[in-house]
Amino acid sequence: MDLVFVSRLQFALTIAFHYIFPPLTIGISVVMVYLEVQHLRTGDMLFKTAAKFWTRIFALNFALGVATGIVMEFQFGTNWAGYSRFVGDVFGSALAAEGIFAFFLESGFLALLVFGWDRVSARMHVFATSMVCLGSIFSSIWIVVANSWQQTPAGHHIVQMVRDGQPLSIDGEPVLRAEIVDFWALVFNPSAVHRLIHVWIGAFLCGSFFVMSISAWYLLKRQHEQFAKKSFSGALIFATLASLAAVVSGHFQANNVYQYQPAKLAAFEGHYETGPGDMSLFGIPDNDAGRIRFNIAIPGGLSFLVHESFDEPVAGLDRFRREDRPPVVITFASYHIMIGLGMAFVGLTLLASFLHWRGNLYQQRWLMWLFVFAVFGPLVANQVGWVSAEVGRQPWIVHPPVEWTDNGDLVVGPEGVVVYDENLGLRTSNAVSPSVSASQVLASLIGFSAIYLFLLVAWLFVLDRKIRHGPEPLDRAPEVEVIDKGLLRAVTGRVDHDITSSYPPAEE
Amino acid sequence: MDWATLAVVWFLLEGALLMGYAILDGFDLGVGILHPFVPRTDQERRIAINAIGPVWDGNEVWLVTFGGALFAAFPEAYATVFSGFYTAFMLLLAALIARAVSMEFRSKVEGRGWRRFWDWLFFGGSAVATLLFGVAVGNAMIGIPLDVAGNFTGTLFDQLKPYPVLVGLMTVALFAMHGGLYLYLKTEGDFQERLRDWLWRSWGIFLVFYMLTTMYTLALVPRATSNFERWPWAALFVVAGVLAVANIPRCLHWGQPFQAFASSGTVIATLVMLFGLALYPNLVTASNDPANSVTIFSAASSPKTLTIMLIIALIGMPFVLAYTSIIYWVFRGKVQLDEHSY
Ligand code: HDD
Ligand code: HEM
Ligand code: HEM
Repeated sequence: MDLVFVSRLQFALTIAFHYIFPPLTIGISVVMVYLEVQHLRTGDMLFKTAAKFWTRIFALNFALGVATGIVMEFQFGTNWAGYSRFVGDVFGSALAAEGIFAFFLESGFLALLVFGWDRVSARMHVFATSMVCLGSIFSSIWIVVANSWQQTPAGHHIVQMVRDGQPLSIDGEPVLRAEIVDFWALVFNPSAVHRLIHVWIGAFLCGSFFVMSISAWYLLKRQHEQFAKKSFSGALIFATLASLAAVVSGHFQANNVYQYQPAKLAAFEGHYETGPGDMSLFGIPDNDAGRIRFNIAIPGGLSFLVHESFDEPVAGLDRFRREDRPPVVITFASYHIMIGLGMAFVGLTLLASFLHWRGNLYQQRWLMWLFVFAVFGPLVANQVGWVSAEVGRQPWIVHPPVEWTDNGDLVVGPEGVVVYDENLGLRTSNAVSPSVSASQVLASLIGFSAIYLFLLVAWLFVLDRKIRHGPEPLDRAPEVEVIDKGLLRAVTGRVDHDITSSYPPAEE
Repeated sequence: MDWATLAVVWFLLEGALLMGYAILDGFDLGVGILHPFVPRTDQERRIAINAIGPVWDGNEVWLVTFGGALFAAFPEAYATVFSGFYTAFMLLLAALIARAVSMEFRSKVEGRGWRRFWDWLFFGGSAVATLLFGVAVGNAMIGIPLDVAGNFTGTLFDQLKPYPVLVGLMTVALFAMHGGLYLYLKTEGDFQERLRDWLWRSWGIFLVFYMLTTMYTLALVPRATSNFERWPWAALFVVAGVLAVANIPRCLHWGQPFQAFASSGTVIATLVMLFGLALYPNLVTASNDPANSVTIFSAASSPKTLTIMLIIALIGMPFVLAYTSIIYWVFRGKVQLDEHSY
């Protein structure tokens, strides 16, 4: 059993499981803020009932996110000691900042959000919800910055470690590490902003499709219909915008990948030979033959995406030594699944928006059924997106820089392939923990698999009960709640008729 | 500030984070340890869980931040400790997961079997996590075998010597007492009465382990007191700790539970301080060859990183303290169950 392999497998499993929950929490928290603000604005109890319902679902997802997140925090040290030693100086501060700025904010206000309905005023409650939303968005910032630094390092230099005033060498090898030179260059490294925007969009898609899925199910079962329609139509707008934005932001990311990690882009597209590139829509990469089998492609499509011209050459995998190429099949497949799903979301949300505008969306039972299951789409797209980004980064854990000539060619060595500076990056195989054995990792991997499988089942079981239980029936609550009207209105002293408009609201 | 000062400052800040964690999460771990023993009815079990419901996650963030800050400030130590105690950490992670999800899942479904199951998991997770924290501290005191690069070279059994296990058991007793005192503040009536007996019991058990550990440390861990020669005033911590331990039964007797709780917090604080004092300047002590120890100076990040982190901490900590106070204030008083409770 190979230590590097099992360590990678364990990391992939634990992060993939963790990453089911954060996008849902980020996405749903935005929906909750919207609902609570609407309630505060209109006084319509329906919004409050809806906010309460989504809060319960949110809390459940959040708990799983926390439980699995702690594993991530410590795994860098337990399984990737070589990596931690190399990057600690630059990477650790992002992780610590995440704890101080994001997790405390989230966990603090979460308590008010979940348990505080009857303890704090409605305004304070909206504030708490917004802070939780902000906190969950913050937590994505630091961790994604750290990841982006691994992909496109910046703002640092590589130095030999010093111990007792002497440069440190072990067995004649100098011990190197990355140290910060420019904090802001590190934070705004070349892929950080692109990646963050894209990750947020992915999270918004998850949250909005999740809301639409449950709402569609209620509509099909003819339960809680008012509630379901309100939730669905709000989420649909959100999802439509996010779907369109995903394509645009993904395109910018792909361009960026080409510039800094050309081997990864070549693997995304299965582009083996340098030259004008086609854009494959479907196919199976064959490394031995160096081409894609069963290929259906748009001729010149890749050149167009990269250079906005159909026949300009694009660097291919042949520019890289075999041992410097990422695994092509996994990278290609996961990337293509993401793109396919992304396009499907655009189609689906535009169609639904059109029908909604025409006024007969909720009569399309088949479409509602489709939406019940469509939530798996964004969940899968988020996962495979990360798989393509992370597997495509291999064999590096910290990617070394590549250089371009002025006329847009890769700078290559005498053999016609890129010669990376090994000292400026770190190979995944050098990053593992030397004091841990493969069998120890295998044991923990089996343990985590069992625990996570069990958690997944328990989560789905409880989630299903919550959905069946549904939101509180409205007749238990007063139909309209007069909310403190705010200083301005109180001063002007005008009797407000509009806030007495009651449920059920006027036909939509 | 020069680099050495910054490194010492970060050593102190790590100590502060650890202390915050031990005092705060200490009581909610303790509530978990007492869970099978004190509450009798389902209602009481819910009260116990909801006593920590709004705060446990925030308390745990102290640990997360401690880990993140260790990574940033002393990457060598982070790598050595976490990979060296691999199996122990995996168990710890499993225990922390069990705790977190059992609180969330337990009351979501009616049914005896379901609730029983999560109750036991809640207890198991809390007890195992506490024990492991203590064992880790014990190992840090006596040291572990390390090679030149700072990699652990022993086996799991090197980490299960009597001393660390003793410290582990003392920690369980200490947190149980601390958690019991917290719960005492949050409950009323019959439940609170029954808790009283457990407070005396856990105090007694803790006292026994406290004395055993102290004697063992003085007799067999020479490093523990070597720094006292440099800083004789450090003996004040010992005195403060002993006074705080003695103050607990006094307050229980006179009906001052809040003071008793503050005293058990003080006990934890003094223990963490003594631990830090014993370690200094090491972060991980090599039991085979002192030259291989990871010290704060061999492990520290560059001055630039330490400074940036200090700025982050100075900006962030006031906010953290503000939210923490708000939450404890809003949820002050006895636990009241409502439709939003766990
Ligand atoms: C619902 C989620 C979702 C959807 C619909 C899409 N993506 Fe994506 N994608 C992600 C979720 C995601 C992600 C999980 O958030 C990733 C992983 C790492 C990252 O930066 O974002 C990602 C990565 C990622 C990368 C790799 C970045 C890197 O390795 O540095 C590229 C090039 C794209 N995406 C491009 C696209 C395009 C062109 C899409 C349009 C159809 C698209 N994505 C839809
Ligand atoms: C390897 C990388 C990661 C580490 C070390 C990590 C660490 C953690 C930790 C420790 C927690 C629990 C915090 C608490 O106790 O309150 C957590 C939760 C969370 N993480 Fe991660 N995380 C990682 C990846 C990600 C990514 C990629 C994202 C988002 C893009 C993310 C977003 C969140 C969010 C929003 C939460 C709050 C809980 C939830 O939403 O479920 N994390 N993470
Ligand atoms: C949340 C979404 C993420 C997913 C689904 C994900 C997925 C993966 C996968 C599949 C691998 C294994 C790749 C391979 O070995 O071939 C991996 C490796 C890794 N990822 Fe990520 N990743 C995510 C986020 C992050 C973040 C935020 C960080 C750091 C801040 C990170 C750091 C790493 C590291 C250190 C490894 C291990 C070494 C390696 O195999 O490259 N990942 N990840």
